[in-house]
Amino acid sequence: MEELIKFTLNGKPVEVTADGDRMLLWVLRVDLGLTGTKYGCGESYCGACTVLVDEKATHSCMTPLKMVQGKSVVTIEGLANNGEMHPLQRAFMENDALQCGYCTPGMILHAYELLKKHPNPTEGEIVNGMEQNLCRCGAHKRIIEAIQAAAQAMKGV
Amino acid sequence: MSTDSTDLEWENVAGQSPMSSDQSSSGLSRRQFVQILGGGLLISVLPFPALGQQGGGGRGEARGMVVSARVHIAKDGLITVMTGKVEGGQGARAELTQAAAEELGVPASRVQLIMADTGLVPDDGMTAGSRSTPSTVPAIRQGAAAARNLLIAMAGRRWGVEEKAVQMRDGKVTDGTAGHELSYADLAADEGQSKALEQSIPSGVTVTPVKEWKVMGTSVPRPNGRDLVTGVHQYPSDITRPGMLYGKILRAPSYGAKLKAIDLSRAKAMKDVVVVQDGSFVGVAAPALFAAEQALMAIAGTASWEAAEHPSSEKVFDYLREHAQGGVPKNPFADEMAAAGKSLRQTYHVAYVQHAPLEPRVGVAEWQDGKLTVWTGSQNPFGCQQELARALNLSRDRVRVIVPDFGGGFGGKHSPDAHIEAARLAQAAGKPVLVRWTREEEFTWACFRPAAVIDVEASLDAKGALTCWHFVNINSGGSAVDTPYRAGKIKCQFVGSDSPLRQASYRALAATANNFARESFMDELATLAGSDPLAFRMAHLDNARLSAVLDAAAKRFDWAGRRAKKEANTGVGLACGTEKGSYVAACVQIAIREGRIVVQHVCEVFECGAVINPANLLSQIQGCITMGIGPALREEMRFQNGQITNASFWGYGVPRFADLPELDVHALDRPDLPSVGAGETPIIAVAPAIANAVFHATGQRIRQMPVKL
Repeated sequence: MEELIKFTLNGKPVEVTADGDRMLLWVLRVDLGLTGTKYGCGESYCGACTVLVDEKATHSCMTPLKMVQGKSVVTIEGLANNGEMHPLQRAFMENDALQCGYCTPGMILHAYELLKKHPNPTEGEIVNGMEQNLCRCGAHKRIIEAIQAAAQAMKGV
Repeated sequence: MSTDSTDLEWENVAGQSPMSSDQSSSGLSRRQFVQILGGGLLISVLPFPALGQQGGGGRGEARGMVVSARVHIAKDGLITVMTGKVEGGQGARAELTQAAAEELGVPASRVQLIMADTGLVPDDGMTAGSRSTPSTVPAIRQGAAAARNLLIAMAGRRWGVEEKAVQMRDGKVTDGTAGHELSYADLAADEGQSKALEQSIPSGVTVTPVKEWKVMGTSVPRPNGRDLVTGVHQYPSDITRPGMLYGKILRAPSYGAKLKAIDLSRAKAMKDVVVVQDGSFVGVAAPALFAAEQALMAIAGTASWEAAEHPSSEKVFDYLREHAQGGVPKNPFADEMAAAGKSLRQTYHVAYVQHAPLEPRVGVAEWQDGKLTVWTGSQNPFGCQQELARALNLSRDRVRVIVPDFGGGFGGKHSPDAHIEAARLAQAAGKPVLVRWTREEEFTWACFRPAAVIDVEASLDAKGALTCWHFVNINSGGSAVDTPYRAGKIKCQFVGSDSPLRQASYRALAATANNFARESFMDELATLAGSDPLAFRMAHLDNARLSAVLDAAAKRFDWAGRRAKKEANTGVGLACGTEKGSYVAACVQIAIREGRIVVQHVCEVFECGAVINPANLLSQIQGCITMGIGPALREEMRFQNGQITNASFWGYGVPRFADLPELDVHALDRPDLPSVGAGETPIIAVAPAIANAVFHATGQRIRQMPVKL
């Protein structure tokens, strides 16, 4: 059923008239043109579609649009601040924490939530925190290093 | 058709008489190039050398002559390099950019690389077999070096000095005299000079020796890294076209099932839905994905199918052996082995696995004026072009395939299928169509790394030296089937079989299986000989490069120390091997925890000649090890009654963060040796080293991948 859904997207208010049962992933990608959020499995097993909903890492492929009514959604496109990359984005680049990069938006947004919970995470906390995100290129080690580097860079920020 | 053996010619784009706008399969006319890239200098690969002799007015002026351009230098000095190679995460974009920058004497940031657009780039062959480094890097270096030589020659002529006196610095040349400085922009702008040089291009171009490398040999980062971390990069899945529809394809309920009948009327009655049937191909397209899914669901239930026999994964190894082409070869050394003091025979099984790239297959097709453009994720853009031409009965020059950097291939995306599916639907719809496979479709209808049945037999003399070796790979392939060890009488064979699953390439596919069997068996032979696994291998190795990596890995890992102080439920194992001209050795430590194998530590040493990009090499080696842990420990396709029974990331256990061992990766740089690829070989030592460590921990020999306790 079509309904009006209002939420904040990357800091700006948006209104979408759409079937509230449609998954947020496709509304973001198709209706709103934000293709940085990726389809990987559609079953909440790979984390490629991760976005932040009220600062919480959320699989947009299994999140009906109506669930974000009145909430704040951040996608990878909204993480940079006035063209200035987020420390996580810089750290992923500097540590070559990606190869094909298809898992990267989901990785970075999940790491964002992780660093909110654990500003100075141990390797074990990173492994546990990132467990839902798959990387097929095998960049795991450098992803851990990038998250640690970002944590350092974000100290005192 | 590959043009790896580069035949170069150069042309000055500007000022030429207008060319025919005829377009070939792999290039544009000069005029079209000028329209796209602007005037300037083109260094071209000649797809058909004979064309160079056509026409009376100099090279390339025959009607219809196309430019398969390698390097374009615009009048403002902007350098564009073109290659048919693709980027799927392996780092070719950085490496090929470096290759051009090195020879042009400019920083990598000055070079823009256009990859895998059949309308613009030369055909460099498919991106497979670790060939980009040994073939395409040299091809691009020669093209770029030819441009550099032109600039130097032009400077020499203009200043009346010998070319030897001209120095290249930061993309400019000078002879040291004040005011004597020329750049690529000057070269590209000077039509008269470059025309005068037309005849003087040498056929063999000298490239920069390794010891003088400034850009190659350094860790140039991914040129589009920022786009990747900010979500700006458009993967094939992210392409949208005006008025684009979403397509869904009817899939058979099981492998080999034949469509007997289907009633399309319910989908045809739906608003804005396009329905296509061509024999067993049935697809729908609609303005929204949900509508397309509804339309497909409406007709799928009306289909009747004729099922086919299909073996189950439980029985697949028997099936492959029974269907070995020409039968399973007999051991030619049976008599010698029977007479030998000690002999051993074992069989190893390797399961079907899937690449499972995180970006599933996708195709976006658009028709315009009888011409077709398709965006897709493929390792073989020119192959896709040919497949599309064949499937849609078009000439190749009416098909353009564009491959944006895509989300992983690993050997599985040579022919993505979705490119043809999208093109068929778009043709019927008269609108652009996107076909994106679901994960379940990917797991079921994409291709698989072949399963293997491998028989190995060998004998030892009284001193524990190998005397006979017989090795047979059934079904998975002949790569690295030959043993690198001195083994007396040797026979190594590959025989094909009747694969029940659709097989394709994979990171070091057969080399992984063959190395798993050989290195596991070498461990068993070491035990039979009463030797240490390292000492037994070293005693049979004559290959200095392989010995070097094995020795280095054993030392870094402290093989002797760790093996001596064995703790309960832990074990160490090692393996080595060579494939595609590179060399690898791995030492691992594992622990058995609650009946599960935990890989704790992997030390791997790898050597692939002169290192072109140390950071990317590290990423590739780490990636191989991490990816390789999956098929070693868990990954296997399970199937029954013609259906994959674990077609999801839930049922198919790819490596996760928790699987990551401590990694100690070391690359041996050999600037004295040619560079070869690094995206495959580092995977081949992982599984056997783990299997051998399991034996050390438990006393149980492992003879199948994935390892099962």
